Amino acid sequence: MNFGQFLLRRLFLMIIVLFGVACIVFFIANIIPADPVGAILGGNAPPEAINRLKAKLGYDQPLIIRFGNFIAGALRGDFGVSLKTSNPVMKDIMNYFPATMELAIVAIIISIFLGITLGVLSAVHRNKAIDQFSRIFSILGVSMPVFWIGLLLLLVFYFKLGWLPGGGRLGFFTYPPPRVTGMYLIDSALAGQWDTFKEALLHILLPAFVLGYNATASIARITRASMLDVLKQDFIRTAKSKGLKRNVVIYRHALRNSMIPTITIIGLVFGGLLEGAVLTETVFSWPGLGRYITTGMLFLDYPAVMGGTLYIAFIYSLANLIVDILYALLDPRMRM
Amino acid sequence: MEKTAKVSRPFMDDLKHTAFLWRRSRLTMIGSVIIVIFLLIAAFAPLIAPYSPVEQNLSIKLQSPSWQHLFGTDQFGRDIFSRVITGSRTALWIIFLVSVISGSIGIIIGVTAGYFGGIVDEVLMRITDMFLAFPSLVLAMAFAAMLGPNLTNTIIAISIVSWTTYARLSRAEAIKVKSQPYIEAIRAAGGGNLRIMFLHVLPMCISPVLVQLTLRMGTIILTAASLGFLGLGVQPPTPEWGAMVSDGRNFLIDQWWISTFPGIFIAFVVLGFNLLGDGIRDMLDPRLRR
Repeated sequence: MNFGQFLLRRLFLMIIVLFGVACIVFFIANIIPADPVGAILGGNAPPEAINRLKAKLGYDQPLIIRFGNFIAGALRGDFGVSLKTSNPVMKDIMNYFPATMELAIVAIIISIFLGITLGVLSAVHRNKAIDQFSRIFSILGVSMPVFWIGLLLLLVFYFKLGWLPGGGRLGFFTYPPPRVTGMYLIDSALAGQWDTFKEALLHILLPAFVLGYNATASIARITRASMLDVLKQDFIRTAKSKGLKRNVVIYRHALRNSMIPTITIIGLVFGGLLEGAVLTETVFSWPGLGRYITTGMLFLDYPAVMGGTLYIAFIYSLANLIVDILYALLDPRMRM
Repeated sequence: MEKTAKVSRPFMDDLKHTAFLWRRSRLTMIGSVIIVIFLLIAAFAPLIAPYSPVEQNLSIKLQSPSWQHLFGTDQFGRDIFSRVITGSRTALWIIFLVSVISGSIGIIIGVTAGYFGGIVDEVLMRITDMFLAFPSLVLAMAFAAMLGPNLTNTIIAISIVSWTTYARLSRAEAIKVKSQPYIEAIRAAGGGNLRIMFLHVLPMCISPVLVQLTLRMGTIILTAASLGFLGLGVQPPTPEWGAMVSDGRNFLIDQWWISTFPGIFIAFVVLGFNLLGDGIRDMLDPRLRR
């Protein structure tokens, strides 16, 4: 199978899966709740109010029509109007998503940097103190609940030490930079507002570290394992016996050759960040998509839940598709 | 010594060897000890907890840790130590039921897909893909929110999002098993599809699924605690660790103990399952079984 065929097949599968995803989302919001309107309005709402909300949500129509409308709307990016914010859900998503994206990007940058450093150091100094530290750091990273780490760090760095700001994307009195991408770091840099940039950077550090902790642990483990593999090989011995400096051998010869597993794991953990974002954003009052759908779910804001969930699934599938394509480019055996 | 070695008892030797591997790995031992402690705490929770986990007493609210209240009290004057101890039962109950339900769904779907192959396989596996297209926490949140957040629905929601791994695993196993000669022999003797599937193929898939289930128990606790933390899981006053961490959020500055202690317990138990899981995986890895 050549690359074009692989790509076509993969895209075709993604369309089928996305259709199924839309069915699941529709099922969750339309078939599971026995009496959605009653649940939103409470027990003793007047019948006119019930009928009005039913009409607004489309619940006065038969199920099959509602399903058709939902799919047709989803194709146009129209998920209806949020009950809580009274905005079109798609507009809300476009407002909230850049915050999540910014957080995820900074998180992945931090975790790549920290993870590779830890992995290399613990492979080079195998079974020494730094290796033990990195092992404990990693196993704690996958064991401690994300939201709890977030709260503890908030307690230490904000409440006790006061080194970092507490939550949100900017201080209370700072105006957001003029919107270009919706990511404050980029927008403030573009506008040349370096004070705002600095503030946004300080605000994002802690949540991004917490969000990236899990990813850091995975990247460190994989880097360590593949570095150890590479360091055993003959060409490393050759490089050493040529009299090359230790650092040249480690960073130019060994690290470069051990990067492929690391790159693949980076693709994998990026999808996981979307999941962690839901929790991190709640802890740090970060106005992102995860927080938007969480509040939507708590307030039974059906259009927001359906639109938000579908959008997250779409982004997640897109990330997986990109990882698959990268694999196929790197390793032709995967194109099956 | 020579004589006993000749009497070949592969099963017993295997068991002894496993015990040897277990003893050799210190981390696996630590993991096992943590899990045993967790099980004992859950079993004897009413005896260990000095106070009622749900009874409120506002006259002693927000007290810091002391000998009367080891972990302090929360905003309703409930003893946090008692709540954390009782919370272990909630956690264990969730782990147990989610494992049973998601394991059964996964194994039945996987065996059906693998055994029949063709269009059945294609359809079932595409459905599996659809569930994998969501970040699992987000899907569990959606199910829990729409079903109505409580203990039962937490279990249902986590089960619905976690059967996919077991389905893929048992499908692979079923494909391997179904082409074996003994299956053909049963068919020649007149065994029907259902009989072969459930009595002869399915049992072969159980042990890999069981191993995978133990590897995933830590994740189940984390997912349940995350749902609880977000308010979409077990509801108060039932003691659940994630919800308890969330309770303490508003009191973080002065009453740090409300959030801290339940979090330590989550981390501790998940750590135990992770260490044990890593150990089990290493023990079963033929390259390391020497």
